[in-house]
Amino acid sequence: MSITLKINGKEHTVDASPDTPLLWVLRDHLGMTGTKFGCGVAQCGACTVHVDGKTRRACVAPIAGLTGKEIVTIEGLEGPEADAVREAWKEIDVPQCGYCQAGQIMSAVKLLEKKRDPTDEDLDLGMSGNICRCGTYMRIREAIKKAAGDLG
Amino acid sequence: MRRRTLGTSLVALAVISMIAVGGCDKQKNKQTTSSDAPLASVNGMRSLDDFSSIKDDRERALAIYQEIDAVLSHPRCVNCHPAGDSPYQGNTPKPHQPLVVRGEDNFGAPGMRCGTCHGEANFENVPGKPAWHLAPIEMAWEGKTPGEICEQIKDTERNGGKTLAQLTEHMKHDELVSYGWEPPEHLEPVPGSQELFGQLFQAWVDAGAHCPPAEKSR
Repeated sequence: MSITLKINGKEHTVDASPDTPLLWVLRDHLGMTGTKFGCGVAQCGACTVHVDGKTRRACVAPIAGLTGKEIVTIEGLEGPEADAVREAWKEIDVPQCGYCQAGQIMSAVKLLEKKRDPTDEDLDLGMSGNICRCGTYMRIREAIKKAAGDLG
Repeated sequence: MRRRTLGTSLVALAVISMIAVGGCDKQKNKQTTSSDAPLASVNGMRSLDDFSSIKDDRERALAIYQEIDAVLSHPRCVNCHPAGDSPYQGNTPKPHQPLVVRGEDNFGAPGMRCGTCHGEANFENVPGKPAWHLAPIEMAWEGKTPGEICEQIKDTERNGGKTLAQLTEHMKHDELVSYGWEPPEHLEPVPGSQELFGQLFQAWVDAGAHCPPAEKSR
């Protein structure tokens, strides 16, 4: 079945079953491998994207429900929060293996859009669904706070 | 890339059941009243016919409420009517994994919203309905007796300002309420059907909406 999705501002038509998770379309059909496969069951956050401005786990988002929606992946992420997070990530050298980082950044950006001066509790609750197997949590937390400070 | 490689041990996740939450009012057009022909008993819920021999309104209302309570007190409902700030999941309720909280609007914390994982329909083991969210704290049912829940759902201060007629309509047709009968396969649905539940709820209201004693546990 042919389905058209708007991803990072551009329309992509793919031939896939309507119940195919977005993650498979991104990675296998479109070659957009910035969004990672972690657990496949919405438990780790590695596949986080934005759909109509909200965080969504792509591994449990069937494409049938995504037509006409604005999908943003790590490749297309932009805006002041995204810029601040990227810079902070680089400056603090957050990633270890890096596998979870796309998902971490996608969640962090949405957190900062709502909480410009996040507390430790805000960070704990807003990032609780993004797992880092290398345990870089303290650097992630530091980087989000730095990004928040840079955003002013 | 491997696909769906984790087993059910990991996918007993995100089992949020949210029933009778004010603010989700997408409704179907089907109308049912207690004067309609009684629907047959189904999935462990008794038919209106089973109560017709009880002539006293109060006694009939109390008997019918036992069927209503079997739905409202079910994990599919109570899991997302928690007394605290986080939901439960599963047939034997456990804390929701990963950690989620109600947040300022009962839809989760910034960055970790209910809709981050729960879509508009079930997907594999992840439950879904539009506007998935926690019941407001004043609608908490966790740990309450049938009588306490009964009084609570009639109290406009704790039911989203609904009249009994509006509450009945909500129970009959609300889309989030309907989730109770339509969970993913690994989760037990609430008894009956929404149509039968609606008919019994209407009959309970028509009989005076009497509640069992608040202190009486089930």
